Amino acid sequence: MTWFTPTLLFLVAWLAVFTESQLAPLRALLGVPVSVLPALIVYVAFSHGLILVTALAVMVGLWTDSLSGSRLGSAVAPHFVVAFLLNTRRHLLLRDQRYAQSWLGFAAGIVIPLGHAAILHFGPVEPLFGWRSLPQLIVLGLLNGAACPAFFILFDHLRNTFEYPAIPGVSAHGIREMKRGRT
Amino acid sequence: MLKRPHYIALAFVGLLLLVLLNLPAAASSRLKLAVGSVFLPLFGLSSSAQSFVDRASYQLLPRSALVTEVRRLEEENISLRLAAAQGAEAIAENNRLRTQMGALPRGPWQHRAARVVGRDPTTWWRTFLIDYGTRDGARVNQPVVAAEGLVGRIAVVGYSHSQVALIGDSACGVAVLVSETRDQGVIKGTQSDTAAGLVEMDTFQNSTHILAGQTIVTSGDGGIFPKGIHVGRIVDTRAANSGLFTSARVRLGANLNRLEEVWVIVQ
Repeated sequence: MTWFTPTLLFLVAWLAVFTESQLAPLRALLGVPVSVLPALIVYVAFSHGLILVTALAVMVGLWTDSLSGSRLGSAVAPHFVVAFLLNTRRHLLLRDQRYAQSWLGFAAGIVIPLGHAAILHFGPVEPLFGWRSLPQLIVLGLLNGAACPAFFILFDHLRNTFEYPAIPGVSAHGIREMKRGRT
Repeated sequence: MLKRPHYIALAFVGLLLLVLLNLPAAASSRLKLAVGSVFLPLFGLSSSAQSFVDRASYQLLPRSALVTEVRRLEEENISLRLAAAQGAEAIAENNRLRTQMGALPRGPWQHRAARVVGRDPTTWWRTFLIDYGTRDGARVNQPVVAAEGLVGRIAVVGYSHSQVALIGDSACGVAVLVSETRDQGVIKGTQSDTAAGLVEMDTFQNSTHILAGQTIVTSGDGGIFPKGIHVGRIVDTRAANSGLFTSARVRLGANLNRLEEVWVIVQ
């Protein structure tokens, strides 16, 4: 892994959080802020190591809270939990299937805001959460369901273009490698 | 099966959350503003781009349209100056009467303009950010208004930006009264139809005189909002809590979804 992809991911996350606070006309039309961070979290959890996953989930949570009325730290937990679970179970999930990416993005788009609202529910000020939140969550799910495959395509393409491919046949412990077949 | 790095990551995030969620409110707000300062370059860029687009659109306007607009504004200016002179006379008379009654005279509101630079990135709060901070004299709880009516109050102040809790948010309760009947009530945070600009008002007692179309203004109770700021108009009413009090839906005067500039009442 080079520095390129992690830097790009943090940059995209930073811009995505800022974009959530902008685009007022689109936001009024959809009824929700245009948030694609859950889809980004899904991509990172599937494609990168635990350190990057943890760092990005923490930063995304803190940045989101810094621009919102939420208590600082409340958005960290839902982002991290989803990222951590996907990262530790990624060998059991279909990574390369577009429909799987889409469904995972859809689920994350609903679970992360729902988890955030659940945490805020225990705080001193009650969040505006009720039956009207259901269509908002569905819109967020659909938005992230569409964005998740797009992130996979875009970032995988960029990685293939800018990062060094792994050199086949080189091992750190060549002497311990098991040789198969006749020599 | 979790490995050692997983446990380290879990412990790190758990500890971080424990510290952040248990910080005192003031420290949490300061830290929040410090974290949010990473977006200042983007806010600056966004404002510059907006003013560039505005200037470019002025260049494209035909001269005839500008002359028409200037004439309209001149007429409006004369009309407003007449209304202001009439208002000033009424304020002076009111203050003379208040002084005779032994009450303190009321001074005119002093206000500062601010631009809306960002909105809440979550759906759980109704807040936005304005480019008005402590460097401009911002303080917590200063009322924020638009030409059409009340907008909210400043909830968190930073050096160059402040967060405004909008009317209808859980952190912005407003004591109000029905202008025609003088029935008092309160607007609290409820998940009403924000796209249509509706909020819920509960009166302190059941009143059959409250009707659709009546005007809601601030009552001045609570000490944050001055008395008499226009809030909106009643859309419909219903008896609530077994008829103990009246609940009404109020359409806000200010369209909170489309505001670009607001006024902070300084004094």
